[in-house]
Amino acid sequence: MLAGVKELKSFNGGIHPPFDGKSLSKNKEITQAPLPEVAYLYMSQHIGVPAKPVVAKGDVVKKGQKIGEAPALVSAHIHATVAGKVTDITFKPHPVTGARTQVVVIQREGDDEWAPGLDEPQDVEAMSPDDIRNLIREAGTVGLGGAAFPTHVKLSPPKDKKVDAVILNGAECEPYLTCDYRLLMEKTKEVIEGLKIIMKCLGCKNAYVGIEANKPDAYDKVRSAVGEDPHIKVELLEVKYPQGAEHQLIKAILGREFKPTQLPIEAGAVVHNVSTTYAIYEAVKYKRPLIQRVVSITGDGVENPNNLLVRIGTPIEPLLKAARLKEDANKVIYGGPLMGIAQPSIADAVTVKGTGGLLVMRNAGEWQSRACIRCGKCVDACPYGLNPSLLSILCESEHFQQAMEFNLMECKECGCCTYVCTSRRPIVHLIKTAKYELARQKARAQEAQKAKEAQKAQAAPAVTATAPK
Amino acid sequence: MSNAQEKVLLVTTSPHIRGPEDIPRVMWTVVGALAPAGLVGVYLFGYYALFIVILSVLAAVLTEAVIQKYLLGQPVSVKDGSAVITGILLAYILPPGVPWYIPIVGAIFAIAIVKHAFGGLGNNIWNPALAARAFLQVAYPAPINSDWRVLKQGGIFSNITGVDSITQASPLFKEFGGKTYNYTDLLTGNVPGCIGETSAIALILGGLYLIYRGYVDWRVPAGYIATVFILAKFLPAKIEAPWANDPIYHVLAGGLMLGAFFMATDMVTSPLTKKGLLVFGIGCGVLTTLIRFYAAYPEGVCYSILLMNTATPIIDRYTQPRLLGQGKK
Repeated sequence: MLAGVKELKSFNGGIHPPFDGKSLSKNKEITQAPLPEVAYLYMSQHIGVPAKPVVAKGDVVKKGQKIGEAPALVSAHIHATVAGKVTDITFKPHPVTGARTQVVVIQREGDDEWAPGLDEPQDVEAMSPDDIRNLIREAGTVGLGGAAFPTHVKLSPPKDKKVDAVILNGAECEPYLTCDYRLLMEKTKEVIEGLKIIMKCLGCKNAYVGIEANKPDAYDKVRSAVGEDPHIKVELLEVKYPQGAEHQLIKAILGREFKPTQLPIEAGAVVHNVSTTYAIYEAVKYKRPLIQRVVSITGDGVENPNNLLVRIGTPIEPLLKAARLKEDANKVIYGGPLMGIAQPSIADAVTVKGTGGLLVMRNAGEWQSRACIRCGKCVDACPYGLNPSLLSILCESEHFQQAMEFNLMECKECGCCTYVCTSRRPIVHLIKTAKYELARQKARAQEAQKAKEAQKAQAAPAVTATAPK
Repeated sequence: MSNAQEKVLLVTTSPHIRGPEDIPRVMWTVVGALAPAGLVGVYLFGYYALFIVILSVLAAVLTEAVIQKYLLGQPVSVKDGSAVITGILLAYILPPGVPWYIPIVGAIFAIAIVKHAFGGLGNNIWNPALAARAFLQVAYPAPINSDWRVLKQGGIFSNITGVDSITQASPLFKEFGGKTYNYTDLLTGNVPGCIGETSAIALILGGLYLIYRGYVDWRVPAGYIATVFILAKFLPAKIEAPWANDPIYHVLAGGLMLGAFFMATDMVTSPLTKKGLLVFGIGCGVLTTLIRFYAAYPEGVCYSILLMNTATPIIDRYTQPRLLGQGKK
């Protein structure tokens, strides 16, 4: 019906699985998850420099109190997500990067009380763009779509770049995830408010809301929340992954293209997803730091899929048990099935800011990979115009330099190629491994260079010593 | 009893789901799409034609199994259907009266030399069935070139090699005595020719189904057939036949339909991108027409596709996909 009224906006390439899993949790209202007894707060839950702990073992902290300070611009503060006592500051493997990362452990104690100065209504009208930016930075807000890029950086475009469109990303194209959809349904006004705050902060008059056509009820709600505002356009998008990725969203809505390694600012646009925009609203309007977010707990590995408001740093085990984890569940993924990160252990994993979904799969297996039969489906599916077939062959045979010539570094690892691969080749895996190898080679080369210089400096006097001979 | 803490979790890189298409599904669908043309062939040429198809398929499958198991020590992958396709295609481009050993020698050559000597499925440069046909053409010219028989009455129980058959010239026979066939016979397949190439309708049906399923890109058959059509109309003909410059005749006769829908579209040996596939299809059409018009050989499909297979890497090189945000919009 809706599709007939308005033309669906889209992009080239992409995929749509026959079963997208949204039905499992899309009609489950957001409920508050039980507060964790112990919260584990990683000092790196964002792209950029890790935060530095500003609390010590034994300190008593209030909810929302800053416990990690961002030492650089591209970084984000970390806040206590429960009131309690710091019982440990240690290192643990990160659920997303896998690297050993500093963690502040807080044992919950006493009332769930905000730290002083927080949770107070603010006068947004009177704020300058810098005031808004500061509040967002102070709140530790990062992109909640998964990449966790610090939001205040996205809101500080370079002086020479012009932003003429803000896009609210309501596509939520990853199969299974429904956290953004639920927010659009239940917090429509707040999200649109958040969008207006972003527009004000960037001094940008035009905004777009992009919603995939499989969420017509969310589209209607947003339309009525926007009302007669001529500056916000609500667009229906084709149901296709990765419609919610910045490049595809901007191409679909604005018709503009930019290179995969470039930022949306090159196309004069800034994109924020629904969860982030809601966090911005909370941060600016009520001075509430980012201490919780909506997480979809879903997949065929749980009996009771749901959408929970979860404190960041909550261990996932009780969450999964509450959703009635099935006996034969054997894969737990942070995020969606196409870009999510599989976890090695249920007992050790805790949520981070970027965790919008816990996808539990049962009877997950591996695929037998064969030689590429050159069917070309990956080339057609790649939304960035790469040649995944060739890249996978070059990376497999460790021809990394040649792979670089064919734009290896432009790959965003969205997974479309691997999803469609007729030969079941682990294309994204090969590309990730190649990038990792290249980074290691580069680091090693730099080290060798340093060692060489040091040796030279040492060798110089030796040469003089033997000279008289 | 199960405790979540003891649960063994599977850890792999993303993505964690795969689409419905895999090699066996593609290959067996192609086998299905080839079936109508084969049924027409068996109806026209009798059970001996079916015998040739079965021999060819068995030889292809056995050769692959033996090579993978005993020579390469690889898992045997004959169940994926790709050797079956090679066997069928090879039989389809053999004359219906060939001696029994021809499909066997051809299938062994196709699988052992053209496919596995070059690395197996995905790594072969030429379409195995076509390369085998070219090999047979050189190695056994007499049975391959001369034996164009059809059954006198039709009917599958007749004997293709014996008294029930008459020798006739192939529809593209250029010299004096070549017979001209009408369009209806060319469409239905009621003409002399190789086992699976005669019925344009059966081949088009199978081909359209593969296009619908997304296993064949329309650019290859469309580019191929359109190019032959246009060139056949306008190229000065050296052939003395009523159909010399008849584009419809050229499109329907001989192996063009089989080649355009099932051979040139072989994924492994054709270009990767849509642009490349169009170039490939047009190239096949140009070469086919040139061979038919100006070479000694009546049929150009086999060699034109093999030559374009050879050109595939260079076509790939010049038809890489365009990186998002780069160059023209």
